[in-house]
Amino acid sequence: MTDPSVYGTPAPPGGDPPILEVSHVSKTLGGRLILDDVSLSLWKGQLKVLIGPSGGGKSTLLKCIHFLTIPDGGDVFLQGQSAREMGQRNICAFRQEIGMIFQDFNLFDHLTARENVAIALRKVKRVPRDKARARAMEELDKVGLADKADLYPAQLSGGQKQRVSIARAMAMEPKLMLLDEPTSALDPQLISEVLSVIADLARGGMTMLMVTHQIGFARHLTSEIIFMEDGRVVEQGPPGVLLDEGAASRTSFFCSHLTELTGR
Amino acid sequence: MGTWELYSTKVIPALNQGLWLSVLIIVPSAVLGVAIGVLAGAGRAAGPVWLRTLLDLYVSAFRGTPLVVQLTMWYYGLPGVSRWLGSILGPLGLPEFSWRFLVLSPYAASVTAFTLCSGAYQSEYIRGAILSIRRGQFLAAESLGFSRAQTFWHITAPVAIRRALHGCGNEIIYLIKYSSLALIVTIRELTGQSKMLASFYFRPLECYLLTALYYLALVSLATFFLGWLERRLRIPGLGPARAEK
Repeated sequence: MTDPSVYGTPAPPGGDPPILEVSHVSKTLGGRLILDDVSLSLWKGQLKVLIGPSGGGKSTLLKCIHFLTIPDGGDVFLQGQSAREMGQRNICAFRQEIGMIFQDFNLFDHLTARENVAIALRKVKRVPRDKARARAMEELDKVGLADKADLYPAQLSGGQKQRVSIARAMAMEPKLMLLDEPTSALDPQLISEVLSVIADLARGGMTMLMVTHQIGFARHLTSEIIFMEDGRVVEQGPPGVLLDEGAASRTSFFCSHLTELTGR
Repeated sequence: MGTWELYSTKVIPALNQGLWLSVLIIVPSAVLGVAIGVLAGAGRAAGPVWLRTLLDLYVSAFRGTPLVVQLTMWYYGLPGVSRWLGSILGPLGLPEFSWRFLVLSPYAASVTAFTLCSGAYQSEYIRGAILSIRRGQFLAAESLGFSRAQTFWHITAPVAIRRALHGCGNEIIYLIKYSSLALIVTIRELTGQSKMLASFYFRPLECYLLTALYYLALVSLATFFLGWLERRLRIPGLGPARAEK
């Protein structure tokens, strides 16, 4: 449980307020209740992993945290700042503080890798062009893609695209990163290059909430697994407890089936 | 007068005059048409409902009626409206230009008709291009803190322009040819000129054949320019597959 390779602390450090607090969030889409009173907290430097069957509301939860989808009920607090109180006008400022990694990368097709990273710095943060480009090169270098800076997304492999998208999010210096199945769209041999970049972020102290089916990876890196089903947090706890052989948890049942199905 | 002399001293110079007039109609109509198409297309793809409804009405009116009818209305129809307006505004002591502006010159009527008709078609290409952009692109932009306007200018527009280029170019090429309709509002542009020449010298085949060659040259020029633009704007992964190395 106190394995040094686990990032963040299982219990909240005394007295510090959480970076992220999701408070009683609910969302109905198309008449179906997707999120049902979900609450969770993340402290600085923690990496929490969100798992569960598809359709369980994981992606919607990430979008609600980002206010890309506005929750019907409840609120999201980033360092105590309520997203709801930001209003339509200032929500862009709120979103800048949270980085998002998508399953299908969503790089801007018309921009080179470097410009993909630089454009938000230039247009949203108003960083001068030269500075933004230098900063973009730094971030690309961190994900090992400095030599691909001038290539367009169509010229990159899936793993490279995902690394560029991580560089793009990190360039904005977010307080929190949300990762929505960052390796699910990748060929098996490309998964590890992306996971190692994510592990680097964790080691660097980035606070992260990650949806993944990479249980082995999650087990090594995370301090806490959150299991979601039917729009609810069913279980949460350290991977040692939830995934132990013989643990009669819903999580371990789900994960053992996942292993059978995918061999991962 | 020999045949060769007739062409070199009479027919060709007259056709050149017509060509010049045609160009004066085509270029502003094309430029304004694209501008209207971009605005209307963006409004129809992403605007509020009231704007969308209004623009849909514009497009269905101008795509749904023959251009000849539209052009005739602009030139022969509007003076009637002007007279009626004058009978109301005149007694109120308003200056004459407040209704006289509706009486368009042949040139103004042509450019107005071609611009509005072309804009309606262009907006359809632009709208299609905008709607073809994957939703993930917008999500990514929003997640980085882009506002809606910033997303439109920096993410949507650059991609949409490239995707719409083929269609818009096609419409411009079409415009080059339907500009010949200006002859029905008394403009002696290329086709109008050749109609006169054909009947005056009684050589319809030769005159119209020459005119066809003039249009072919204009269209070839436009095609060349559009091809050049396409190459300049080319980005790997956007546009036709053959574009990639």
